[in-house]
Amino acid sequence: MLRFFLSRVAVLVPTFLGVALIAFAFVRLLPGDTITIIGGERGVSPERRAALEAALGLDRPYIVQFGDYVFSVLRGDFGVSTSTYRPVLQEFLTLFPATIELSVVAILLAVAIGIPAGIFAALKRGTWIDQGIMGTALVGYSMPIFWWAVLLIIFFSGYLQWTPVSGRISLMYFFPPVTGFMLIDSLLSGQAGAFRSALSHLILPAIVLATIPLAVIARQTRSAMLEVLGEDYVRTARAKGLGPRRVVGVHALRNALIPVVTTIGLQVGVLLTGAILTETIFSWPGIGKWLIDAVGRRDYPSVQGGILLIAIVVMAVNLVVDLLYGLINPRVRAR
Amino acid sequence: MSHISAQESEAGVGADIPSRIPAGNPRAQVLREFWYYFSRNKGAVLGLFVFLLVVLVALFAPLIAPHNPLVPAGAIQLPPAWWERGNPSFLLGTDDIGRDILSRLIFGARYSLFIGLVVVTLSVSVGITLGLIAGYVRGWLDIVIMRVMDVILAVPSLLLALALVAILGPSLVNVMIAIALTLQPHFVRLTRAAVLAEKERDYVTAARVVGAGPLRLMVVTILPNCLGPLIVQATLSFSNAILDAAALGFLGMGAQPPTPEWGTMLAGAREFISSAPWIVTYPGLAILITVLAINLVGDGLRDALDPKLKRS
Repeated sequence: MLRFFLSRVAVLVPTFLGVALIAFAFVRLLPGDTITIIGGERGVSPERRAALEAALGLDRPYIVQFGDYVFSVLRGDFGVSTSTYRPVLQEFLTLFPATIELSVVAILLAVAIGIPAGIFAALKRGTWIDQGIMGTALVGYSMPIFWWAVLLIIFFSGYLQWTPVSGRISLMYFFPPVTGFMLIDSLLSGQAGAFRSALSHLILPAIVLATIPLAVIARQTRSAMLEVLGEDYVRTARAKGLGPRRVVGVHALRNALIPVVTTIGLQVGVLLTGAILTETIFSWPGIGKWLIDAVGRRDYPSVQGGILLIAIVVMAVNLVVDLLYGLINPRVRAR
Repeated sequence: MSHISAQESEAGVGADIPSRIPAGNPRAQVLREFWYYFSRNKGAVLGLFVFLLVVLVALFAPLIAPHNPLVPAGAIQLPPAWWERGNPSFLLGTDDIGRDILSRLIFGARYSLFIGLVVVTLSVSVGITLGLIAGYVRGWLDIVIMRVMDVILAVPSLLLALALVAILGPSLVNVMIAIALTLQPHFVRLTRAAVLAEKERDYVTAARVVGAGPLRLMVVTILPNCLGPLIVQATLSFSNAILDAAALGFLGMGAQPPTPEWGTMLAGAREFISSAPWIVTYPGLAILITVLAINLVGDGLRDALDPKLKRS
């Protein structure tokens, strides 16, 4: 198991360097170099340019600059935002809990609805129930979620006036962040109605973000379940006289869920992409909205750090999923 | 499909007999078999029908569209024809500066299909080439190609596209390049895996013994037997490209106004959510219907081309 773990981590090293190279190259490929931007409209004299380049280390070979960048990233230095003048890592970590909270609730929704729906469709294979569930799943899978978000806002926030349109909690509640997760913090604060307010802010973005993972999970669960239900051991279990509940719930489900776990892990990239759109529409103060704002403000150190940090998160989660997969499926380890 | 082509190659081994093709055109037979399995999936046939309809609308947009998509033609924010104060000559109403929404949607079909077509062509051709090289040549070239693909896959696609658009500047062409780049690792991986599986088969060895060069082995002998999963992936990429381009347009990073691209139309309409909801509703519906139709076709293709599913 240790060897399996180490081999998986070793594969990540070149990937990390590659992503770091993209982030490094990103700022250098942008139109307009750093010195010109610093100089602003007045421009920079050649002598001043040379002095600035030497001061910022831009006169060194690219490979040295890149090595320097990698080492400062490894030390946790992702640069300083040009709009807030705070370290990029600090900005990211302040906003990241909001994105985690939204993503966790979304994936819980997707799993809680998607897996039962998939199982149900597989058991009713070929009936109108199956077709209805799979048809809905395909619509969800094809959904432009930014439009879906707007539709939900029109109906639930505009027409029914049930939910607020933006933010994480109503302005009338204030309490110091303890965990950074609004649902938990609002409960800890003990203020009446705070949790309710946080939940009503969260529900629409979470539904929007859950839509595509939900559809993917439902489809994957159905096909995995159908495959398993055709296996010999399921027939054996049936022949032994076990009830359908036990055959499906114990024998079939456990094996069908193995590929589904991988699918759920692979949804993390989808979730972060979705978070960019969802957070922008609902003004959810997470890293997705932060990145879009940074692009709009031309705050390139933030964009650069954000790309790298998000890629690191995706790689870390994929690693965990890989290791979990090795735990539940010993055959993978043996390879 | 694959076993038929394989037999074809095997029959050709060591034989320069041109009449090895059996009676009846095998290509037509393959197509007939394919259509048999594809048409059993009602959803796929419906999807194909809708998709062809969208293609026709895009091709004949100037003939079908009742108004100019770029020029204001009526009162501003006119609701759809069947609403109160609706005007029958503006079936789906007008937008915030009085352009006919239906006409803009009709012309928008051109952009979405064009984006899908260009992105898929780009990513398929680059992806298959790299995948063939990686799988056939192996060695350090394989390692380098696959590591680069890992890097691209580690960054969420929309984020990578955003970064590229920030470098290249927001425009439709740059959006297509960016999306193609984020989609092609899937083709590289699929092609490489298929080549690795097929490479050691007897028919490939036979072709090599007969004297086929590496290029012929890669493109003529091996590639046709890996096409099934690639076609399915190409279909999925087509719909993904449309969705991603619309998302970028929505974020203001894609096609720029007044281009009637569906995502861009949505971006401009966000402020009218409450006052004129139809401006927001129809472009999104157009995206959903098109993407759904393509995904239905994709499901049908998967069922028809996957030999494992055929038997069940």
